[in-house]
Amino acid sequence: MSLPELLRKISPTIWELPVTYKEGMRVPARIIASESLIGGMEAGVFDQAANVACLPGIIDYAWCMPDGHWGYGFPIGGVAAFDPDSGVISPGGIGFDINCGMRLCLTNLTEDEVRPRIRELVDQLFFAIPTGVGCTGFVRCSRSTFRRVIENGSRWCLENGYALPEDLEMTEEGGRFEGADADACSDKAVERGFDQIGTLGSGNHYCEIQVARPENIFDAATARAFGITIPNQVVIMFHCGSRGFGHQVATDYLQTFLKVMTTKYGIKLYDRELACAPFRSPEGQAYFAAMKCAANMGFANRQVILHRIREVFSRLFHRSPRDLGMDMVYDVAHNTAKLEKHIVHGVERELLVHRKGATRAFGPGMTGLPDRYRDSGQPVIIGGSMETGSYLLAGEASAAPTFYTTAHGSGRTLSRHQAKKMVQGRKLLDDMERRGIHVRTDSYGGLAEEAGLAYKDIDVVTRVTEDAGLSRRVAKLVPMGNIKG
Amino acid sequence: MPYRFQDEITTADVAFEAWGDTREELFISCATALLRTMTAAPEQVAHEQKRVIRLKHEELDLLLFSFLQELIFHKDAHRLLLHADSVRIEQRESIFKLVATVSGEPIDAARHRLLVDVKAVTLHRFQVLFRDNQWRAVVELDV
Repeated sequence: MSLPELLRKISPTIWELPVTYKEGMRVPARIIASESLIGGMEAGVFDQAANVACLPGIIDYAWCMPDGHWGYGFPIGGVAAFDPDSGVISPGGIGFDINCGMRLCLTNLTEDEVRPRIRELVDQLFFAIPTGVGCTGFVRCSRSTFRRVIENGSRWCLENGYALPEDLEMTEEGGRFEGADADACSDKAVERGFDQIGTLGSGNHYCEIQVARPENIFDAATARAFGITIPNQVVIMFHCGSRGFGHQVATDYLQTFLKVMTTKYGIKLYDRELACAPFRSPEGQAYFAAMKCAANMGFANRQVILHRIREVFSRLFHRSPRDLGMDMVYDVAHNTAKLEKHIVHGVERELLVHRKGATRAFGPGMTGLPDRYRDSGQPVIIGGSMETGSYLLAGEASAAPTFYTTAHGSGRTLSRHQAKKMVQGRKLLDDMERRGIHVRTDSYGGLAEEAGLAYKDIDVVTRVTEDAGLSRRVAKLVPMGNIKG
Repeated sequence: MPYRFQDEITTADVAFEAWGDTREELFISCATALLRTMTAAPEQVAHEQKRVIRLKHEELDLLLFSFLQELIFHKDAHRLLLHADSVRIEQRESIFKLVATVSGEPIDAARHRLLVDVKAVTLHRFQVLFRDNQWRAVVELDV
């Protein structure tokens, strides 16, 4: 694919589109990529990054991470910080699946102990964690209780027996976005999501049993700090978000912003999916409060899923979750906007940082990290395809230019239909079984869409994040079993 | 089929183009494509439960957006996969009014050959236009 003529290589891992690339750009757009990754990016990535650079109040650059690909509104992997006083908030900069994110949980079991029981384990997880189109969860929750869930996130889970106290500390924002206001959410959003707590959904959402083999440890000291201490230690990683509730919150406010963006606030529209409102406006503040509710639903959803995972392991191995060492490493959010303090041109400022398909990656010593990770930096969990493995990384001090943000996954290269044309779901399942990865799914078609060949090489993506100083590799985690919707 | 999936314009999501001789046919075509995105066997979705959807909007394309969004809402809120049986659109002054009869049944993973959950209709590339004597729409779904 030919790259935009104006694209300039700034360093081995940074590419820049100048403000002359598109009329209206207020700042340049910067893409983190190697030669091979930039060559594989769709034209849409450059256009979408340029559109983001046109938004009012944007600071420094519109960024795109190395797993970036063509999305809607922001590119997937898009990162932008805005001045809260002069800038905007945009649902298209966060995504419909607000606080879609990753969670990683340890065990003290080894591959040798788990391998003989992997089928049983995957099958039981498949029954314990609802997956697929329109699935509902086991938590029986009234609409009024759900309003407490969305205002309190993981804290509600702790109060109701679905969390250990230390789980909250190991979750971004302590598992609760402060300032969430259920009154800012429509009845429709509540109706759509109140019975979906503890469900995976479908698409690229999954729960995976993985092993950390000694040859895949890149940074032994940090791996130990993150709890990976035994050769061939088994861990559990899962990926899901705020389900129908979050999707409806985003849809509701997208329509609200469309009505006021130009007529009331005079903001030029480059892409309707980038509809926005001034952050300090009533509409902007209402969305921010509702978005926080959706973020809390994302945390609660993953917390309840973790509870179910612990129950399954405990039942199968006849030991308590504590005896099995089932401690959380961390929970990271992918799709959010947050007020954070960053140094801009030598001055500390509060910024509204949008991350869409990107991971916050705080470096060592930063405020907001649990004490346990003060020296190591924040654990970063980057999910790869279910065939190739995933990575545990650590935040770096050198990530300041991207507002301490790194990649979130490997990034798609094939469309879902292309993948299905090239791979048969049933055959893929059998092939993976032969390679020692036991998979359960509701949908063979959906499985084919998530085949390894549909994604960029996770090894390359994570190495580029390291070369760019965004995050350093700690361990590669190889799949043994997977459930997906 | 009055729709075609468009691999070439999206990587992570699902996009389709749909068409019809009338606005009403176009809306039904889009609903059919939406259902086909979620299930490989839309013919297995029985017309058991009926719902009436009433919407209005100043813009025809955003009326379609709201209509599809309503079908997605029923999928999550009531676990219903829905066909659009009939659609009536009237334009009074500057407002488009829609009354649609939709029918379907609760999601059954054993029969419906489920594919992927649709999260939302995006406005990226979203358009409705009348060209070559046909109504056409391009829709990109977040999945």
